[in-house]
Amino acid sequence: MNMLPVVSVKDLSAAYRKNRVLDRVTFEIQPGTLTSIIGPNGAGKSTLLKTILELHPRLAGEVRFFGSTYQKMKSRIGYVPQRGSVDWDFPTHALDVVLMGLYGKIGWFRWPGRKHREQAMQALAEMGMADYAYRQISQLSGGQQQRVFLARALVMDADLYLLDEPLAGVDAATERAIMKTLNLLKDRGRTVMVVHHDLQTVEDYFDHVLMLNRSVIAHGPTREVFTDVNISRTYGGTLRMWGGRSG
Amino acid sequence: MTGLSPNAVWVLCSTLILGTASGIIGCFAYWKRQSLMSDALSHAALPGVIIGFVLVGEKHLPVMIGGAAISALVGAWFIHLIRSSSRIKEDAAMGIILSVFFGFGIMLLSLVNRMAGAGQSGLDSFIFGQAAAMVVKDVRVMSGLALFVLLIALLAYKEWKLHLFDPAFAQGLGLSNRFMNSVYLMCLVLVIVIGIQAVGVILMAALLIIPAVSARYWTHSFGWMLILSALFGGGSGAIGTLLSVYGKGWPTGPFIVISAACLFLISLTLGSSKGLIIMAIQQYRQRRLLHQPRIREQSAMERGRSA
Repeated sequence: MNMLPVVSVKDLSAAYRKNRVLDRVTFEIQPGTLTSIIGPNGAGKSTLLKTILELHPRLAGEVRFFGSTYQKMKSRIGYVPQRGSVDWDFPTHALDVVLMGLYGKIGWFRWPGRKHREQAMQALAEMGMADYAYRQISQLSGGQQQRVFLARALVMDADLYLLDEPLAGVDAATERAIMKTLNLLKDRGRTVMVVHHDLQTVEDYFDHVLMLNRSVIAHGPTREVFTDVNISRTYGGTLRMWGGRSG
Repeated sequence: MTGLSPNAVWVLCSTLILGTASGIIGCFAYWKRQSLMSDALSHAALPGVIIGFVLVGEKHLPVMIGGAAISALVGAWFIHLIRSSSRIKEDAAMGIILSVFFGFGIMLLSLVNRMAGAGQSGLDSFIFGQAAAMVVKDVRVMSGLALFVLLIALLAYKEWKLHLFDPAFAQGLGLSNRFMNSVYLMCLVLVIVIGIQAVGVILMAALLIIPAVSARYWTHSFGWMLILSALFGGGSGAIGTLLSVYGKGWPTGPFIVISAACLFLISLTLGSSKGLIIMAIQQYRQRRLLHQPRIREQSAMERGRSA
């Protein structure tokens, strides 16, 4: 492929206090791919997303989005943080949270209008959450909260989506709804990167996989890269898939 | 307003505006989980007030407010420094700074009070608050700054909501965390330093914390929480000042805090969204719903037996 990569990361390193979490991470993400980032706990998956989005300081390395810097391309990137990163007791309703995805377009110090409300409502409906638009976010289940977060990203109409563990701790219906949406985005030519934890579903859900353990162990099409050898290299050889894989 | 001197009316207006501003900034502090920070900063303002007084040699409010602001910001910076460069957690750091700065302020105050003519300085009123001692010039400075804070809070309502709910996402949209935190700290310090003359350094935090907590019992909407908190803050400021003015020189701070506490008790019991009574009623209804089918079954069984 000769297309300009959506994300290009070169020799990226980052640390939390004494621990080097990312060590010279290098990879390129091609447009229209649906990539899962997998690796054991503490492998630096979330840190990778936060560092390329400049939410966490980097020690060294270069990150380019669409051939340019993050600051210039910010409006084309939709980030879905971990559900646990916010306080769901905050007094607001689902539609209001989705509207936040439009704040960049609405402009600072301006109030959202009816058009914005309709857009947000549509995004909620796409996630099957239309009935819950005016429900307090504290009264939503974990899966519903995750869908609200995804609706907020959808409404941004970004070209690149970065999701941090969107499938963690959600029910089966939400998992299906989220995967349907991610595939829809991919079909529309958008690029999606997902921090993922469930090895059983990697092959079914994602066409590319980035295997991370402080540095990139393997990266490429799932069919070629997601092998037993690479899995045990990523997870330190302690993990065996139940009943054998790729059977 | 019979019985109130023109000066008292001015003071009343200014505590009303002050309470409104602190009610709103208090909501921000509440959602930043920094209610205690406001207490640390208001105590940390005392040394600055005294040093400002000594520098000018008389009670000159703008200088003393400036001193208070610098002193509070130095306190905030120390708390940040202790937290980021050692294993000490934020609450402990706040405890250290709060007590050390306050102790240092009281020490300075004792020294200044020994100086000739300082007995009339009115510096003591900065500890417990003495709204009645304020003059029109003080009132203007105070109201002007409080209105400025209100303006910042209301103009950027949408941005505050986003920043408080999800700072990481806000950053992605271009709303810098560092910038919002600085504006927040500036507003917080402004409200504290303009409030300490009327409410006092010891009790100023109550006017920031209590209205916000009370408002939480009435609503599920961030906008309404701000409005209610502003009303509660303004209300307790006005009630406290009235009591103090009629009491001929009673300290304002304690009355303001007691008024706020009364509003809190009312909210805690009667609050329409999280109040104790509404929760009890909901629990009672649920329990009855749980028992109802069984009662019907039972009575049906009894009817069957008697037939």
